[in-house]
Amino acid sequence: MGSLASEKTVVGWAARDATGHLSPYSYTLRNTGPEDVVVKVIYCGICHTDIHQAKNHLGASKYPMVPGHEVVGEVVEVGPEVTRYRLGDVVGVGVIVGCCRDCRPCKANVEQYCNKKIWSYNDVYTDGRPTQGGFSSAMVVDQKFVVKIPAGLAPEQAAPLLCAGVTVYSPLKHFGLMTPGLRGGILGLGGVGHMGVKVAKAMGHHVTVISSSGKKRAEAMDDLGADAYLVSADPADMTAAADSLDYIINTVPVHHPLEPYLALLKLDGKLILMGVINQPLSFISPMLLLGRKSITGSFVGSITETEEVLQFCVDKGLTSQIEIVKMDYVNQALERLEHNDVRYRFVVDVAGSNIDDTPEPPAAA
Amino acid sequence: MGSLASEKTVVGWAARDDTGHLSPYSYTLRKTGPEDVVVKVMYCGICHTDIHQAKNHLGASNYPMVPGHEVVGEVVEVGPEVTKYRAGEVVGVGVIVGCCRECRPCKANVEQYCNKRIWSYNDVYTDGRPTQGGFSSTMVVDQKFVVRIPAGLAPEQAAPLLCAGVTVYSPLKHYGLMAPGLRGGILGLGGVGHMGVKVAKSMGHHVTVISSSWKKRAEAMDDLGADAYLNSTDSNGMAAAADSLDYIIDTVPVHHPLEPHLALLKMDGKLILMGVINQPLSFISPMVMLGRKSITGSFIGSIAETEEVLQFCVDKGLTSQIEVVKMGYVNQALERLERNDVRYRFVVDVAGSNIDDAPEQPAN
Repeated sequence: MGSLASEKTVVGWAARDATGHLSPYSYTLRNTGPEDVVVKVIYCGICHTDIHQAKNHLGASKYPMVPGHEVVGEVVEVGPEVTRYRLGDVVGVGVIVGCCRDCRPCKANVEQYCNKKIWSYNDVYTDGRPTQGGFSSAMVVDQKFVVKIPAGLAPEQAAPLLCAGVTVYSPLKHFGLMTPGLRGGILGLGGVGHMGVKVAKAMGHHVTVISSSGKKRAEAMDDLGADAYLVSADPADMTAAADSLDYIINTVPVHHPLEPYLALLKLDGKLILMGVINQPLSFISPMLLLGRKSITGSFVGSITETEEVLQFCVDKGLTSQIEIVKMDYVNQALERLEHNDVRYRFVVDVAGSNIDDTPEPPAAA
Repeated sequence: MGSLASEKTVVGWAARDDTGHLSPYSYTLRKTGPEDVVVKVMYCGICHTDIHQAKNHLGASNYPMVPGHEVVGEVVEVGPEVTKYRAGEVVGVGVIVGCCRECRPCKANVEQYCNKRIWSYNDVYTDGRPTQGGFSSTMVVDQKFVVRIPAGLAPEQAAPLLCAGVTVYSPLKHYGLMAPGLRGGILGLGGVGHMGVKVAKSMGHHVTVISSSWKKRAEAMDDLGADAYLNSTDSNGMAAAADSLDYIIDTVPVHHPLEPHLALLKMDGKLILMGVINQPLSFISPMVMLGRKSITGSFIGSIAETEEVLQFCVDKGLTSQIEVVKMGYVNQALERLERNDVRYRFVVDVAGSNIDDAPEQPAN
């Protein structure tokens, strides 16, 4: 790793095309700016959106692309105007690494809704360089977008909180859904869904997991502590649960019908969408009108909310259920994730994978 | 009209089938119960939902059906336990005439969301009879579902407030959108839309009317006092207005795209649907997630909110723009309404139409 004066060469695992297959890729990070923090990556979680991006499902992918936006690492260098972090601090980086700082959302401390936000990978930074994510030996990030990992939280445990965790926490907070006794539904039991169950239980909610089959009942009730389990394909089950939930956190990342879930909501209930799905979702208007129900969405959380959810998990003794893998397993992990074959989040042990030593594959013929 | 002890025979104008054509129909009202109020109808507004119901667009119509749920009339009789009204008072009846009184919405005073609500027409009352609406000489209604028309509000003016007016007022109140200075959009300039412009302007909002052509620009800006006008087919205008509105009241009663309007909302903005549309509406999830926007819906208002909006209109000197017609014109009115050819609400002068004298059509 070079000094402040020169560009650092790092190795990340990048997708080269829409197959989404990742392989070692050498690139340079920008020179450390006055407010930049250089983070040596220790762990990085794998999010379903990494698949969408690597495989160009959203139509805006640029290659080579190093994914990964649940990054935990160690500060190895700071720019001269960095006050919040010091060498050796264990820190996190999430989905956003830049914002305009002038617009209404930025000024209201919800910078994740800035129209000029810069994504931690597959975007263009203010210096014109592509941003690259956390499946990499190191990242350079403006201090505003770095969070301290609190004492009492293991780094691999912290990684999923930086996207999945805050993604669940932020709407519960914003929509006033943190009080004990609420009845919540968690639709989909993947990385975000499992965090939803844990966070909602920790808030004292009655939690119903909704899934498309009975397969996950035992794990939902026994491992995750859900209070109830609904099979969406079972009409009797669903009818019995009509009009029973204050909110549903909908984590399904692919196209699906909305009406069966709208029917589960009480008056004024909210269906909160988390999944970035490019095909249109649909509903008939009486299903909203006749119960004053809402379909809404939420997108990660602010840096402040990220810090809050990290502390919330420490305070409640909340741990995520993760499977730690090495970087060279990442392609199999992505494939298993696409089949929902993980309980419940892969976390890549980046530091333990010695990726700087891996040779870049020869350029394709 | 008979006494408390006997059933009253009345004449209404009913649809007999899903052509939706209305014609005179004789039927009996229930005997006046202890909490019932008998209302001699003076005026009744025509709502787009009357068309949907008369023509069985919603798939649940039972005939003969007397529509009409913006009813203003005079109390002619009250049951012995009626405390709120006396003979001679001018009162209103809206969309709902019954509720269970026990469920969460009923207890929270938003009885319009009761799952066992009884609609003022095309439903079944607690006594097993079909309910019939206000295109009729008379209705019998439980006192809970009758509102007083305040002094200072002409009866024909009050009629549209009982559905269109409260339909706009209720969500603005519920979603905390009554503060001055908000930027509202009103999509669709029919009966509900025109009320939306007037109510929002009275609340001190900057109001943008959104329509599918330029045709209504002059009337929106000049007659109704809108601050701005957007043609949803004008992509430049729509792009310039992106991210500018706190809410949009969407009154469009037919299938339409949502995304162009979601784009107009600011962060946390709300698209509030009013239209009962039976084909699915659609959107892509990033459009709600990347601005934490909401698509929601609202359905009329409670009795309490109906009383509030009536008083609000008196306080603000707000009048609706109506076209008063006789009952003999009702089928033409329905046809014109279906083509959006009315500025902005038909109100039937029922009392002035002497419908009790109109002979019932011979049975087919």
